[in-house]
Parts: sequence; C-alpha cells; structure tokens
Amino acid sequence: MPIAHTPTAVPVIVDEAKCIADKGCTVCVDVCPLDVLRISDLTGKAYMKYDECWYCMPCETDCPTGAVTVNIPYLLR
Amino acid sequence: MDEIKSGLAEVVCDVLVIGGGTAGPMAAYKAKRHSPEARIVLLEKANVKRSGAIAMGMDGLNNAVVPGYATPEQYTKEITIANDGICDQAPVFKYASRCFEIIQELDGFGIKFQKNENGDFDVKKVHHLGSYVLPMPNGDTVKKALYRQLRREKVLISNRYMATRLLTGRDGQIAGAIAVNTRSAEFLVLRAKTVILCAGAAGRLGLPQSGYLWSTYENATNSGDGYAMAYHAGAALANLECYQINPLIKDYNGPACAYVAGPFGAYTTNSEGNRFIECDYWSGQMMQEFYNELQSGKGPVFLKLNHLHSETIGKIEAVLHHVERPTRGRFHENRGTNYRERMIEMHISEIGFCSGHSASGVYVDEFARTTVSGLYAAGDMASVPHNYMLGAFTNGAVAGEHAAEVATNIDLVDYDTADVVREQQRVLAATRREDGIPPNQLEYKTRRFVNDYLQPPKVTAKMKLGQARFAEIREDMENAMIVRDAHELMRSLEAASILDCAEMAASASLFRTESRWGLYHHRVEYPEKNDDDWFCHSILRKRDGRMIAEKRPVAPYIVPIDESERSAYDRQRIRRHA
Repeated sequence: MPIAHTPTAVPVIVDEAKCIADKGCTVCVDVCPLDVLRISDLTGKAYMKYDECWYCMPCETDCPTGAVTVNIPYLLR
Repeated sequence: MDEIKSGLAEVVCDVLVIGGGTAGPMAAYKAKRHSPEARIVLLEKANVKRSGAIAMGMDGLNNAVVPGYATPEQYTKEITIANDGICDQAPVFKYASRCFEIIQELDGFGIKFQKNENGDFDVKKVHHLGSYVLPMPNGDTVKKALYRQLRREKVLISNRYMATRLLTGRDGQIAGAIAVNTRSAEFLVLRAKTVILCAGAAGRLGLPQSGYLWSTYENATNSGDGYAMAYHAGAALANLECYQINPLIKDYNGPACAYVAGPFGAYTTNSEGNRFIECDYWSGQMMQEFYNELQSGKGPVFLKLNHLHSETIGKIEAVLHHVERPTRGRFHENRGTNYRERMIEMHISEIGFCSGHSASGVYVDEFARTTVSGLYAAGDMASVPHNYMLGAFTNGAVAGEHAAEVATNIDLVDYDTADVVREQQRVLAATRREDGIPPNQLEYKTRRFVNDYLQPPKVTAKMKLGQARFAEIREDMENAMIVRDAHELMRSLEAASILDCAEMAASASLFRTESRWGLYHHRVEYPEKNDDDWFCHSILRKRDGRMIAEKRPVAPYIVPIDESERSAYDRQRIRRHA
C-alpha cells in the first residue's frame, strides 16, 4: 500500500529570526516530552516535524530567545 | 537524526529505574542516597528535565497528610471508602505515614508549599471527609529542582532510551531490561540487580473526542509501556477494570481544575447553574453523577466561577494559566471565555489506567514490590490508589530505598541471550518491510475501538466485539506494519503497549461481573455492587503466553471501617430540598 501524506497546520511555531539553532542551540528539541521538534537541515532553524503535540509548553518556556510559540491544535481550538 | 542504525551495547548497574517523570527521579535519588557507591541508572524515553505528567510542574498536592490536619489512619480510611473497600491498606498507610517527610524534603529542594499567616501549611478541604489539599505557589519549578538533586547525587541518566521489555532469569526473577534509542534505533541491554518501573499512566488508551491522538488528559507520552512490560514479565496487574475517567475542560482536555478553584468558592454545576454533586473530589461515584448529568436534559456541565470577585479569579488564573497545563489560558482566550463572565464548559475524559486518580495498576505491596522478584513499581502505574503526585514521590522513595538495599545483597542474574535476539526481531520487524500500515493508523483504530466498545456503561457483547477487533489489529501490527525512521519506531512500540492495555482493559472488565467504583466499572447487565462474590481484587497476568484473570482477597484492614462509614462516597448527589 503506498503511503499518502495528509497536511496539518502544526501547533508549534518558530520565529526564524529569533531562533538560534543555527548557532548550536537545541533546547526546544531537547525538552519536548513527545520529541516532535527538529532542526531543519535546510534553514538551520527549529521546526515542528511531527504533529504529535500535547501543547504542554516546555519548548516555549525554555527557549532562550523567545522564538517558540505553542498554539492550541486546530482540532481542539 | 532519526535514521535507523544497527547497534547493541550492554551496561551493568545495581538499580535500574525506568521512567524519569515523578516517581522515577525520586526512586533513583533515594537509591543513590541509600547506596552511594552503587550504580543507579535512570532511563527515560524523553528527557528527564521535562518528562512525564509534571513536565510543567503541578499546582498543588491533592493528598497531603499533614499533622494537625489529618492522620494516616483518617487518610487510609478515606481512600478505602472512596475505593468501595477494594484496597490493600498497608501501602496506603505507608504512604500516609511517610508523605509529610517527603513534603519537607521537597521543601528543602526549593519547592514551596503554601503557608498561612502563622507559618503552618495551608491545607484545604476538597475530599468528602478530610482535608488534604496543599497549594504549591512555585509548583512550576518541580522538575528543575528534582533534576538538580539527580545531578548532585551523580545518578546516571540515559535520555531518549525507551525500555521495550524486561529481562528475567531462569526462575522468573528480574535480570534487567532491553531498551531502544528513540532517535537511532540502537539497542541497549541493561543488566540490573533490581528494576523499578515508573513509566506512568496508560493515558493514550481512549481517543479524545476531538479525534486528535495527542490531546489526552494525561501527558500523551504516557502510553502504558510500564503496564505492558510488567505484563510480559509475568507480573500481576490489579483491578484494571477500575478505569481512570476525569472531569475536564471540554475540548482542551486538561483539568478544570476544581481542586484549585474549589477552595476559592468555585463549584461544578449543570446548565441551569445548580450544583448537583456534594463534593468535587474525584471518585467513580462522583464521575457517575457527572456522567448522568451530562446525559440528562440538564447537561452540559460547567465549572462556575463567575460569581466570584474579579481579584479572586485573578488569583485562580495566576495558578491555572501558569502551572501544570498553562496553555489552558490560551484555549479560553481563543474562545473568548473569561472566568469572570462565563461558566466553563466541562466534559469527561477518555478512559485510561492511572492509579494517580483511580486504583488500577501493577500490583504492589507496601515496599512497592511487584509479584516478580526484584521488580518494583511506583507512581501512576502502580496499584496504590489515588496516588497523585505526592504518592509518586513517596512510593518512588519507598521503592528506591528497598531496591537499593536488596541490590546490596544479591548478584546479577543471567538472562537468556535468545530473549534479546527475539526482542530485536520483534522491535525491528516493521522497519524491514517495503510498505504497509503506519503505526499512527493502527493506534487510531485501536483507540477508536476502545471508545466504541470499552467505555462505560460497559456491555458484555460490546466488549467481546472489541476483543475481536483488537485481535485483528494485532495481526496487522505483527504482519503489516511499516516503520520508516527511529521516531516512528518509538510510536510503533507505543502503539503495541496501547493495544496490550486495550486487551487488558477488556479482559479485566469482562472478568468482574458486578458494578463497582461508580462510572469506572458500571456494567449494565450487573448493575449492583456484589460484595458476596466480588469483595476482592481482580488480577490479570500472563501465564504460558495467555492472559488469565483471577481473584485475590483484599488484605485484612489495619484501619477498621465502621459499617456506617462505608457508604459515605455513595451519597454524592445533592439531595432535593422538599
């Protein structure tokens, strides 16, 4: 069975101008209990790779530059 | 990151703690304090800094037994009654006797508990009978404070390793565990003299009504791995039919939270703005009334704060919007819900296993020992009822000390290397297929059938249909699942734990042919409590590869309960005034 990809609007947003992942920061990726954030090979910035969010907020709270915002996932908003 | 690599390493330790949320760090800390020379390993599938149910801290203690406010005897009595009598009191009494010492120790770590103007702990009444609720003004700092202690004691922390199975020796005693790295799929065999399971609730069992897999009441990472591992190692699991079902903010699916707002004067109402329950403390009986009201013409149910002064509401918001589930403020903002103006629509959660709020779990005694020699369990997955966070800390401490002491007197047990090979094959099978069904679809289907067939009110024919559907999903999981990277591999293993838990929920619920614990085990064909036949624990375990159920007597009470007191929790509904 071939696998399709269904688009979703992800709840965690990263402000790339503020994100310092390209300077070696991995705080948001490290603290996520569900391990859904990654650093993009393309941009060097953090992004939400897997839409598996408990909207719990360590990524936003612990980000040293205030680059991360946790929104409520659309299905529950 | 995330590509699947091959690798197998082995480490040796004295005490292995699986799960770095609440009970786990305390167990590891206490084990290390007990045996400073011992190698204590704390294994966590996320990162201990921010993992588990209290990733963002906690707003207060729900079950503090503080001298001057309550005694261990009173507390043990309250919990026994709240659980319809099905309660081995020794572990509850042990908890109640030790938890104040743990509060003081946590206070010493820098976690503050609310004090009144006299400098005494400011305990509030939320339970039906006694006073046990103690607010935590800086409850957001809990994980950080714990982490500092673990570093200071030089506990060995292994993040991003998910334990998949326990290893046992020839006589069934514990030998260690197998784990897989969640970002590289490399394996780790951990040999240990004693193992403490602290893997949290089975919170991803039912499907939230939103349909979003991750919007569970419990931290969605708590997928029931501990129950599955204990089961496959041959441990007994108690009263799994006593589900966890909680009141919550509808759609947001987080606590409302009556324990915080109640002492300020908030309460639960129906859509007419009238109270319908006597007491906001969570019990199966209270949940039954909540469910009845939702189903009646007077639903939905609300948390009412809008009669309170704006400043009081400000104080409540300062807690609720900053600790435990801080995004709830954003949720209300999106919908324009201001506590000052509108009541908050509530609902009930999906089902799960969690002794934190109910009573089911891996069976443990007053030393946190399971029925497998050398294996301990603590926190939400162990069978001590109504544990909450302080129970996880206290019973984690009990487990850590006992496991460390035992480890000083025994040698490592040899495991069978064939078990490791078999486990690697099980874990990696889905990575070797070219195409198939991804784990998220298998998980969704399992959890949808959990809702369709296992949610109360429980019906025999439905639960049997559920079992048939679960068996079909298992076929697919074993023969047609596909996994494409290490992250998805973790999800596939979680989906397997969820399916194991679903099968246990069905078996346990079918076994107990009576109704008990209010909504948690409301069986339509057996609507009455039947103490003659069912005043006992129901125990599930794996024997010769099959799931079996049996009865286990409730241990004789150490705190007697008068006949007149036994039904206190049955009287939850507000009486109509003549």
